[in-house]
Amino acid sequence: MANFSKSNVPQFSVDVYQNEYLPEGAGEVNAIVTVTATGGGTIGTAVSAPHLFSPGQGPSAAVAIMVDCSGSMDYPATKMRNARDATAAAIDTLRDGVHFAVVGGTHVAKEVYPGGGRLAVADATTREQAKRALRSLSAGGGTAIGTWLKLADRLLSSADVAIRHGILLTDGRNEHESPQDLKAALDACAGRFTCDARGVGTDWEVKEVTGIASALLGTADIVADPAGLAADFTQMMETAMGKEVADVSLRLWTPVDTTVKFVKQVAPTVEELTGRRTEAGPRAGDYPLGSWGDESRDYHVCVEVPAANIGQEMLAARISLVIPQPDGTVQNLGAQGLVRAVWTDDMVASTSINPQVAHYTGQAELAQVIQQGLDLRKSGDTDGATAKLGRAVQLASASGNADTAKLLAKVVDVVDAATGTVRLKAKVEEADEMTLETRSTKTVRVKK
Amino acid sequence: MSQMPQLSACPSCEEPLESGDRFCGACGYDLSAVPERPEDNPTITMNGSVPAQGVPAAGAYPEPPTVPPAGTGWPAPGPNGAGGSPAAHLPTDLQGADSGGSPLPPDTPPPPGAPPAPAAGVRFDHPPQAAGHPGPPGGAEGHPVPPGGYAPQPDGYSAQSVTYQAQQPDEYLLQAPDPRVSADPAAQAAGAGGKVCVACRAGRVDDDGYCENCGHAQPRERDHMEQESGPVAAVSDRGLRHHRNEDAFAIGSTALPDGSPASVAIVCDGVSSATRPDDASMAASKAASEALLAALPRGTHPQQAMHDAIIAASRAVNSLAAEPATAREHAPHQNAPACTIVGAVVTSGLLIVGWVGDSRAYWVPVDRSAPPARLTEDDSWAAQMVAAGLMSEAEAYADERAHAITGWLGADAYELEPHTAAFKPDRPGVVVVCTDGLWNYAEAAEEMARVVPLDAAAHPLHSARVLVGHALDGGGHDNVTVALVPFPAVPQGAGSA
Repeated sequence: MANFSKSNVPQFSVDVYQNEYLPEGAGEVNAIVTVTATGGGTIGTAVSAPHLFSPGQGPSAAVAIMVDCSGSMDYPATKMRNARDATAAAIDTLRDGVHFAVVGGTHVAKEVYPGGGRLAVADATTREQAKRALRSLSAGGGTAIGTWLKLADRLLSSADVAIRHGILLTDGRNEHESPQDLKAALDACAGRFTCDARGVGTDWEVKEVTGIASALLGTADIVADPAGLAADFTQMMETAMGKEVADVSLRLWTPVDTTVKFVKQVAPTVEELTGRRTEAGPRAGDYPLGSWGDESRDYHVCVEVPAANIGQEMLAARISLVIPQPDGTVQNLGAQGLVRAVWTDDMVASTSINPQVAHYTGQAELAQVIQQGLDLRKSGDTDGATAKLGRAVQLASASGNADTAKLLAKVVDVVDAATGTVRLKAKVEEADEMTLETRSTKTVRVKK
Repeated sequence: MSQMPQLSACPSCEEPLESGDRFCGACGYDLSAVPERPEDNPTITMNGSVPAQGVPAAGAYPEPPTVPPAGTGWPAPGPNGAGGSPAAHLPTDLQGADSGGSPLPPDTPPPPGAPPAPAAGVRFDHPPQAAGHPGPPGGAEGHPVPPGGYAPQPDGYSAQSVTYQAQQPDEYLLQAPDPRVSADPAAQAAGAGGKVCVACRAGRVDDDGYCENCGHAQPRERDHMEQESGPVAAVSDRGLRHHRNEDAFAIGSTALPDGSPASVAIVCDGVSSATRPDDASMAASKAASEALLAALPRGTHPQQAMHDAIIAASRAVNSLAAEPATAREHAPHQNAPACTIVGAVVTSGLLIVGWVGDSRAYWVPVDRSAPPARLTEDDSWAAQMVAAGLMSEAEAYADERAHAITGWLGADAYELEPHTAAFKPDRPGVVVVCTDGLWNYAEAAEEMARVVPLDAAAHPLHSARVLVGHALDGGGHDNVTVALVPFPAVPQGAGSA
């Protein structure tokens, strides 16, 4: 379905960072794979604006905004008002020609705009109509997010577009359907559109929101203060408008008798991809990377190859990028990275750890110990929580992850960051704890 | 060990032989028809046993014990007249001049009790200096001696050359010239195997040189290289412990303006801790040999030409630093590509060596009763320690820092000091130009001489293979590269029978 003219497709590059030297008998090969997409013109540091296309042009795209309209959105009343304003701001950010729809979500999903199972095409008139329709949004009812996603999927698939994206806002727990229903909806939608998820206030479940974003290859965040919603929605929509290529997959080839231990995204956030492999021919598998604008992400690939003799060299993995086509073939994006294994008796070479691998191993551990520490804290295990969060403080400090360090400091009193000595705070704002949990997977890149 | 040249092989089909075989087990070649080639067993000392065998007189051609005494036609002992021990390598026997014309510091001190031999070894352009010359090898600025500074030595090479030429036929009688010497088996396998992986024999080989089934890297062109150019030959091998060959060589022959022949050999060793060492060594060897082969026919003095060639090689390596690294080279610390260099130019009367780093040149006379010599002084930690008198040679080379080099070609070299030295050997011999992958297994000049086949000057390619085989037998811990340049230079085509 994707039909780009050549100039519109960004250039992808693959860079591999690894220490390829292994001691005798070893077989575990670690590599950090940096995937970068760049178009002509400005190379931005972050995806903030659609600059690969001249104004008014861009890849065909469809966006569905799912706004929580459950009864709790009226407590406080500012929440519903801010959600309306945020949705309006997001609509204003839509590029002309983009297909869009607004879905109001309760225990059922209903089309707010344009209705009739269709998508509107953005222009001045439809934007005005959509914003007028938002005024009719009122709170009342329950929460069944799976139904919202299924409606969004139906609407998004009604248009023949390259990029399909959803924005989901909730303020409460998914109480009016079973977790299995949500899981089934996510499985049905995975790979069909990408979706960012936001929790507003503090009455929602972090793992539900991060789970939605993770399954649909989008971002998750907390907007504790409803007043911040408009800015966040605008930024999210700008990012969505910056996407140029959908459904990119990382294709990993490994030699015979090799085990793929894990594949995970490690920047900008930690995202486990190992279990999302789909086989792609002999000794190769594809891992979904979602849609791409002008951006760069890092992946940690770990494979176990059969050990070979000193002086031998082998290819432990070949990494390429592909876009699956509807007819079952793939479009290869050209870029390729080689992960090598070279056995040496030079102890200095084989024992040194590649700085990128070391850094991201630490960042992945950081995300893990924050999660474990918060879980232990909730279950009342003070000692366990102190140990885990202390380790988190130590890792965040050593790796220069200042944002995470700041969030941690709101949950624990840091005695000594270098040794990870901390005390749990007696009183922690719920918003601070939820922010830490939601953002625990955010990583920083290696200082260059 | 499949990369190894067969060290004890049938001269007809190269089938490995067992000791005591009278016929080749593969082709039935009558092994008694040719004299056994003692040089095929480089790990067995030959000349080293000379004192025990009681070789009659100094200056005599030592008779290898494995050669049948009958019918080999060894010449009578040469008119050396010296009564001293032939094996002693005396520092005063061989001195060279560095680029500034000052003599090199002496080599290893003579073994105690060894009577000094008269000046019988190689000659050099400048009078021998006192043994205790204090200057470091690279102390003088790198200005070559002007051509006019090389006065012919009346007692030198010319008198000896008569003897040399008279000996040549005998040399050939000793040989079983074998035109069918097969190429390296690994290289053959790579060529014949085509696209099938040499490791698993199941997968096809991808465009980037890896098997699409088992992932193993395929033998590369540089894993084993051999070349013969006129009288000069060189062999380079990846060795047994390194995953790629970072050594390179370039050889060639040309003629001076007066029509006399000149041979050129350059050997470079990529610095492993730097980025793209294989590119560096290849660029340096190519640039240096091209510079020499262009300068010598124009009449540039060989020593000046060698100096200029090292500068040219240095520029070639420096320019690599500006090029972007290939996608798969993401070393944690990107160092500028770097390599060592050693080169030799041999003319009808002159032997020039030039070097930067720890690759070496050795002089091995055809007449093994004359002392061999190391012609270069390493730019290495160990050599500096020894030169400064802080450690004995044994101590210094046992240290783990021994091989840290203090001079190299590359953009991050502190200061380029090309060392060159000129010699006027008074007798025929062969110059062994090699990387540390070889001399680690034959460090002293005497050790090197023991592993250089007796017919090295006449059969340089075969002998270079033997030397590489010696390093592989010893463990092949590094890439091995050796070039052999016979002295004096002979016109093209006359070198190998």
